[in-house]
Amino acid sequence: MEIIKTETHYNFVRMMKPAVILSLAVIIIGIGSLIWHGGPNFGIDFAGGTLIQIKFQKETPADKIRDAFKSIGFEGSIIQDFGPKEVIVRTAESGTDAKGLTSSVEEALGAAFGKGAYEVRRVEMVGPKVGRDLTRKAILAIIFSWIGILVYVGVRFEFRYALGGIVALVHDILITITFLSLFNKEFDLNIVAALLAIIGYSINDTIVIFDRIRENARKNIRQSLDEVINASVNQTLSRTILTSLTVIIVLFVLFFFGGAVIHDFTFALLVGTFAGVYSTVFIASPIVLMFEKIKPTGLKRKK
Amino acid sequence: MFKSIKIRAAVTILLCLAAFVYLAPSLTSDLPETWKRYLPTDRIHLGLDLQGGMHLVLEVETAKAVESTLERTVNDLKEGLMENRVRFKLHERTKEKNPTFEFPDTASREAFEKILKNQYPDLEVASSQTVEGKGLASLKIKDKRAAEIKKMAVEQSLETIRNRVDQFGISEPEIIPQGVDRIIVQLPGVKDPARAKNLIGRTALLEFKLVDDEHSLDEALKGNVPEGSVVANESRMDRTSGRRSEIPLLLKARTLMTGEALESAKVQIGDRFGEPHVSLKFNAQGARDFDRITSENVKKRLAIVLDGVIHSAPVIQERISGGQAQITGSFTMEEATDLAIVLRAGALPAPVVILEERTVGPSLGQDSIDKGTLASIISGILILLFMIFYYRLSGMIVDVALAMNMLLLLGIMVAFKATLTLPGIAGIALTIGMAVDANVLINERIREELRLGKTPRAAIDAGYAKAFLTIFDSNVTTLVAALFLFGFGTGPVKGFAVTLTIGIVVSMFTAVFVTRIIYDHFIWNRKIERISI
Repeated sequence: MEIIKTETHYNFVRMMKPAVILSLAVIIIGIGSLIWHGGPNFGIDFAGGTLIQIKFQKETPADKIRDAFKSIGFEGSIIQDFGPKEVIVRTAESGTDAKGLTSSVEEALGAAFGKGAYEVRRVEMVGPKVGRDLTRKAILAIIFSWIGILVYVGVRFEFRYALGGIVALVHDILITITFLSLFNKEFDLNIVAALLAIIGYSINDTIVIFDRIRENARKNIRQSLDEVINASVNQTLSRTILTSLTVIIVLFVLFFFGGAVIHDFTFALLVGTFAGVYSTVFIASPIVLMFEKIKPTGLKRKK
Repeated sequence: MFKSIKIRAAVTILLCLAAFVYLAPSLTSDLPETWKRYLPTDRIHLGLDLQGGMHLVLEVETAKAVESTLERTVNDLKEGLMENRVRFKLHERTKEKNPTFEFPDTASREAFEKILKNQYPDLEVASSQTVEGKGLASLKIKDKRAAEIKKMAVEQSLETIRNRVDQFGISEPEIIPQGVDRIIVQLPGVKDPARAKNLIGRTALLEFKLVDDEHSLDEALKGNVPEGSVVANESRMDRTSGRRSEIPLLLKARTLMTGEALESAKVQIGDRFGEPHVSLKFNAQGARDFDRITSENVKKRLAIVLDGVIHSAPVIQERISGGQAQITGSFTMEEATDLAIVLRAGALPAPVVILEERTVGPSLGQDSIDKGTLASIISGILILLFMIFYYRLSGMIVDVALAMNMLLLLGIMVAFKATLTLPGIAGIALTIGMAVDANVLINERIREELRLGKTPRAAIDAGYAKAFLTIFDSNVTTLVAALFLFGFGTGPVKGFAVTLTIGIVVSMFTAVFVTRIIYDHFIWNRKIERISI
């Protein structure tokens, strides 16, 4: 079977300008959304605070849970549904003493619903100090992975390819952040892991096309770079679509069957994978082309 | 690499066998006896998010260890000065200020300097000045010594916490230092997180102090605490109502003995009420001290203070020379057990605070395993079918590679004792998707070459050769990202990086090396004319 019939001849180079405009528009919407929401919706990993996941024996309305927490001064807590009969309670507080928040939460719940009516399944508490550390580490990890990739691609290919690849990666991250913000998803460690995975996946995709461009450029010195890029994207199109399809199948399965804990994680990966494929075809190569126009390389090519 | 199909096939089969041997214990629990004797029996290591458990990041407040050393040494110095009849006045340490000695004349000042220099090498004068003819000298611990104290405080805390956890009875706990003053504690499968936290986090500083009967408690509560005394609360539990109340008592500030004098501590059940109490046994020095203290203070009350709270303050009826004592004070059995553990393990040299806590209940962990496994199986089957559908017979070769991929990935994880986490399972599922990529690259290339009219043999040669470079470059760049993910990540995220990294390496091997063997076999040995791709 073939998804893409042999030898397509889409003119991708011509579609690049509208594609760039589209991307910019989405990113601007993302920035707008970030401003509207007052910055990214940082989870407790970065903002500090406490998260408690509770499963009740029977359906329990959020109001009742909130009432139960009033006695320990948790009025400001956010209560979210997390699957059937299950809720997540978040507060900005982080008790750092030994006894801590957990015991007082247990007490409050026990008093309100009776022992055995609920089960505390997960507690995460991150103090402000650790939150700051994690934020710094997350940003560093992403930036260093960009630099690492820039260097590797720069050495293996040419600098302008490396730059095209990195711009595509930054693009993917921005698009993913845009969608996370639009859907008001929380930023936590898992999301950072997803972003790094997106970086890994997207560069993988981009390199395959660059590789083809490099090969074709050597083979057809007389061709203009526009034509080379067009031919290369077309030649690798079936592979691009096929691979993305398999990854997206896996992600959809994870999204629907993987459980609530990794729901946002797979959501980010899904958005990022789509962005990655799109940027591979429409963003990475135009950047290479743009640099060629600004500063032609030594290879003799017909203009 | 190797020309011979037989050698290449042998390498592959050996690797798969090794992976299977490592993986088998994780799949079934009843292995034959001979297996248990000669072959690895480790199961795949599950992260805390899958098996349930607690992850704590503690910070040792090392500055407090320096402060208490300073306080102790200054107290010694004070007594030394008194013995030498040096005239002085001591302003105790406050939050902002170091302890400061005040001298009325130069002679006593000089005597002080001499004693300080000769007997207290850890102390130095932080600042000195002369106000209205009186010399002032504030003291601090020397920086080098302070750094040593801090380092020791962390090491000792680590050791103490390790002892406490060991005695608490948790299998495979992990207690490791992180950075300068942090300790990571991982307790897999802990049943009562609150209790474990209380056990690990409390300082457990046991002190014996005399109750001050000479001064009025009421006056002290109004704020006029006499010099050399402190107010502390006694925690009492009403037997009938079970309610705890706190009663203030005035104590002499001087600590007569600490928990360091203990040899052991154990829980015993009292005769009268059947209540648990903790009985203490002092070491030789401690027994002598206790003997002296009790003989000097008969009919006075001796308070047993734990972390600043009075547990009991019995009247000393007579001299106690056996080196034994008891802490009573209405405990539950659990409380008494934990108290005995912390007393045996010793006090922390400085208080610790919990910076980060992540606790996952066992039921949630099992849920995650079930869902992760289900998702992996569904996506695996979908992709296997998709490959056959798309590449027909060549698709089956891809499927063989994918299955081998799983086997090797999991086998390597067991062999290297890598930890599988929930994002790690997502990483495995994602690896399946990415492993397909290398195969797709090769197959698409072969198709292209076939379209150019090459023979199957030439098409496969060219397809593999051309695809290899692409696969290599694209996977190495992904590896770069995965390595940063590994360096950054803690716990679950690290698990994702691990499976992704191993997955990439393994997928390159299966796609480039293993599938080629199968093609070569059909082309060289069976001399097929047409590839089903």
